[in-house]
Amino acid sequence: MNDSHESENEKMETTTKPSSLADVANAKVQKAPGTRAMGTGLETRGVHAWFGSNHVLSDVNLDFAAGTVTALIGPSGCGKSTFIRTINRMHEFIPGAAMAGEVLLDGKDVYAPGTDVTKIRLQIGMVFQKPNPFPSMTIGENVLSGLKLSQQKVSNKEELLEECLVRAGLWNEVKDRLGAHGGSLSGGQQQRLCIARALAVRPQVLLMDEPCSALDPGSTLRIEETIRELSDTMTIIIVTHNMQQAARVSDYTAFFLSDGGPGQMIEASPTNEIFSRPRDKRTENYVTGRFG
Amino acid sequence: MSLAAPTDPITNGGLLHAITGTITLVALALIMSIPIGILTALYLTEIQGSLTRPIQFLVQAMSGVPSIVAGLFILSAVLYPITKAYSGLMGSLSLTILMIPTVARTSQEVLKLIPNDLREAGVALGGTQWRTVAMIVVPAARSGLVTAVILGIARIAGETAPILLLTGGGDKVNPNAFNGPIGSLPYYIWKSFAAGSPEAITRAWAGLLVLMVLVLILFTLARLLGTRKVAR
Repeated sequence: MNDSHESENEKMETTTKPSSLADVANAKVQKAPGTRAMGTGLETRGVHAWFGSNHVLSDVNLDFAAGTVTALIGPSGCGKSTFIRTINRMHEFIPGAAMAGEVLLDGKDVYAPGTDVTKIRLQIGMVFQKPNPFPSMTIGENVLSGLKLSQQKVSNKEELLEECLVRAGLWNEVKDRLGAHGGSLSGGQQQRLCIARALAVRPQVLLMDEPCSALDPGSTLRIEETIRELSDTMTIIIVTHNMQQAARVSDYTAFFLSDGGPGQMIEASPTNEIFSRPRDKRTENYVTGRFG
Repeated sequence: MSLAAPTDPITNGGLLHAITGTITLVALALIMSIPIGILTALYLTEIQGSLTRPIQFLVQAMSGVPSIVAGLFILSAVLYPITKAYSGLMGSLSLTILMIPTVARTSQEVLKLIPNDLREAGVALGGTQWRTVAMIVVPAARSGLVTAVILGIARIAGETAPILLLTGGGDKVNPNAFNGPIGSLPYYIWKSFAAGSPEAITRAWAGLLVLMVLVLILFTLARLLGTRKVAR
């Protein structure tokens, strides 16, 4: 990380004029969708979600091209987190939760009968809002815990451990104390440990549910860099309340909104477009800070 | 080793049979009640099936059972109709009845304190519920579960009433918990006080001191096992 890069980002952090969001989105290296041969990515078709009889998400259709970063933005309670939890079937972990629709990973519905849900979660990894390293495990054990949980064997554990920690941007800080407990790390380091842990099972898709909301700006910056680097090899979907962050890291942005009823996906566009010329009036109101 | 009569000087006789007997009884009760107690707690917190409410009710009701009732239950349900003889196993069975609710309730409280984040993280990494519980939830709760077992030991180590009914209280060392009467510290203390001679009463006090020390040692041992290699 060089200093000029960091100070540039700090400037962006302090600039709050809405017009700058488009500039931020344009400032990063643009990716042309579909130029990578990485499989067909992820699609959702008519996804609805309920908690008990409460309809929280209505008819979400979204495509996530392989190798891109998509940010989900919108006010609290609009169903963003619920939506990404339907993608790796974590939604059903909550008692009383139900969903309808299709989530297609490489053209196959993850909800198809007979699908092994643990296999789905290996292909679609997840990083949670609060860093949650396993307290009974060391740093090294945490990274490799997914392999043990899913009963996979790898021959070159040391290499995998190093690779995942390098990709999560944590290797240099922890390489001398892999035997220390995960809880001994700072919050930002713990979250990068959780990213490394998710990477170890080699997912095609990584879901991130507000991964930086509990972190300081410096740690947030490190994680954003990590996200940009990871997007070369996987599809990333990130829920964020920080529009600056959406502009900085994502190639595409989808705006969710609930007008009292179930949450809906209002608009999905390339990130620079959604911040410069949103098609929907409600999106414009949100990204220009008139509400939410 | 010779047996001492109540009026023998206190230089005669000893406590070895009572110490080994108590250790045998507690160890056997632990072997039976730790798995049952902890699995019950896991069922109540992790699985939450349709039997949760009745089992919860049963555990609460059992924790109020007076020890003499547990003893009489084993006496009438196992000893009289089946084995027809005093043995360490009979005593341990009654102690198990007393220990299970303590272990189960304390373990349940401990498991409830494990954040749901950890369960979600385990499942999101491709673990089945069972593997997530075995690899993440139980290790995270380890020191608390050890505390649950310690509380269970505290509940039963000095338990006297069922022991009097079921073990027969031998005066010789009996290493076999499944055959023949077995001594124990509470039994020894009770018997010595009942004998009434000054020497016997002195022996009873000595037995009491040994019981306290034994419980202290068990606590320390369990604490050491529980806190070693635990996070934070």
